[in-house]
Amino acid sequence: MRYFLRRTLHAVFLLFGVSLLTFLFSALTPGNYFDEMRLNPQISRETVAALRAQYQLDRPLPVRYAHWLMAVAHGELGFSFAYNSPVGPLLWVRARNTLFLTITAMLLAWLLALPLGVWSASRFGRAPDRVLSWATATLLVIPDLVLALGLLILAVRTGWFPTGGLASVGFENLSPLHKLRDLASHLALPVAALVLATLPMLVRHVRASVAEVLEASFLRAAVGHGIPHPKLLYGYALRAAANPLISLFGFSVGTLLSGSLLVEVVMSWPGLGPLLLEAILARDLYVVIGGVLLSMIFLVSGNLFADVLLYWADPRIRIAASAK
Amino acid sequence: MQPLLRVENLVKHYAAGRPAPKDKSAALDGVSLSIPARTTLALVGESGSGKSTLALCIACLEHPTSGSIWFEGIDVVALDENQKRLLRPRIQLVFQDPASSLNPRWTALEIVSEPFFVQGRFSKQERSDKACTWLDHVGISPKMVSRRVDELSGGQKQRLAIARALALEPRLIVLDEALSALDCSVQAQISNLLLELQSSLGLTYLFITHDFAMAAHLADEIAVMDHGRIVESGPAEKILRSPGQDATRALLAATPGVPKTQSTLVNF
Repeated sequence: MRYFLRRTLHAVFLLFGVSLLTFLFSALTPGNYFDEMRLNPQISRETVAALRAQYQLDRPLPVRYAHWLMAVAHGELGFSFAYNSPVGPLLWVRARNTLFLTITAMLLAWLLALPLGVWSASRFGRAPDRVLSWATATLLVIPDLVLALGLLILAVRTGWFPTGGLASVGFENLSPLHKLRDLASHLALPVAALVLATLPMLVRHVRASVAEVLEASFLRAAVGHGIPHPKLLYGYALRAAANPLISLFGFSVGTLLSGSLLVEVVMSWPGLGPLLLEAILARDLYVVIGGVLLSMIFLVSGNLFADVLLYWADPRIRIAASAK
Repeated sequence: MQPLLRVENLVKHYAAGRPAPKDKSAALDGVSLSIPARTTLALVGESGSGKSTLALCIACLEHPTSGSIWFEGIDVVALDENQKRLLRPRIQLVFQDPASSLNPRWTALEIVSEPFFVQGRFSKQERSDKACTWLDHVGISPKMVSRRVDELSGGQKQRLAIARALALEPRLIVLDEALSALDCSVQAQISNLLLELQSSLGLTYLFITHDFAMAAHLADEIAVMDHGRIVESGPAEKILRSPGQDATRALLAATPGVPKTQSTLVNF
């Protein structure tokens, strides 16, 4: 229990550091949201200066950081210049869409990767394994962007899938069943892009870990006790190989908010991706910082989650942790 | 009398990357041997001579390229995978390195009750009772049964491995260099334990080793293996007194503690 308290404390410090660095780096980049107005001859210098003062952009960095920290302590993440509204609710709506997409993709990828990896490992070095390895290697070297664009071309040419957005126009008027179908058809392409991008790595990790433990003589001993083959693979080998896979799963959970940004932009999914891209281009400072912080919270808690899972799954780690 | 195990002309090739010369790629090159029930055959040979491959073939964990293995009058090689699975509990293997042959996540009790679990025998309570009995048999005290593998000494680990092998009450136990990783005094303890278990349970051992001193201590018969073949076999006394082959003499000369006979003084 103390172990987790310590880990949580570490995580809080880490997030603190990250927020400081993001703040610093975004302050070091030249220009701010109101610079474009200066080029507009219809807006007077005084107006721009007043706006800057209103949003406190003329104050020194430490003061701004302190203000922002106070706001965070009150559960707010600052104010968006472009949307003229608080950042928190803005991010939340987008993050929800992103999570809807990425959780679906992550579950699908893992559900495919586990059986494929185990199957490949049980035929290690033989023809089916070599074919699968070749296929995953090919998918690995294709950049995500090309994958996403390829899928978009497919959608445009065939017309089977909508090429963007989360729902069709008039979504509210559909019956529940049609709503589900509409959502699924909109999800299909971005999910496919994400699964194709992450699946090869997952399959290769599962294959490598399982193939390694299949060599261990305690599994041979289990075969000697007359264990059926599927039970050996899924009951024993997969469990013995679980530790690196659990860490990898924690990473999957951690990148739920940050792993899909590119695909979202390319496929016009109304998630965090397009929002952050626009915010960065417009120097909408607090939206960027809020987005980065939210992604970091996920990454840190993903790792923490993996550690909890490891602690729960491996008695050796329990003993080592309680001995400290 | 029909022997418990009879191996006839067993050949095992491992598929190499490209076709290697035939005599080089054969791990087993026509091995024949037989073990009468309740006796011990020591298989002695230097590393790489094919001993472990033979052990895996006999335990039905590797499929030989050709030849036959008769166990209790059944040709094991001809069985399909399902029949093999049913047969495997009758032949148990004890591995050289107890650290890797025992699941590091489990306690001693879990390891020894695992074979029952795999076989779906007994209720939960009976399983741990039986496991405790076997642990007691091999000299692991009740207060150690909840320890995990890395909390046990090398000798205790190997006792645990032996208890696990005994759990399914096999007819034949293949000990693949089972004492080699242990130090001398522990070797002596475990080999005495093996002898006691043999006389009380009527076990048959195939004892694989590179150590003639251990072979002499445990075995009724000795077979010497070299480059995938049995080069010499016979009663233990005879092999030790008058080794007939260069390979045997070289192994004997390399073994401390075995009285040197005239013929072990070989000029190389």
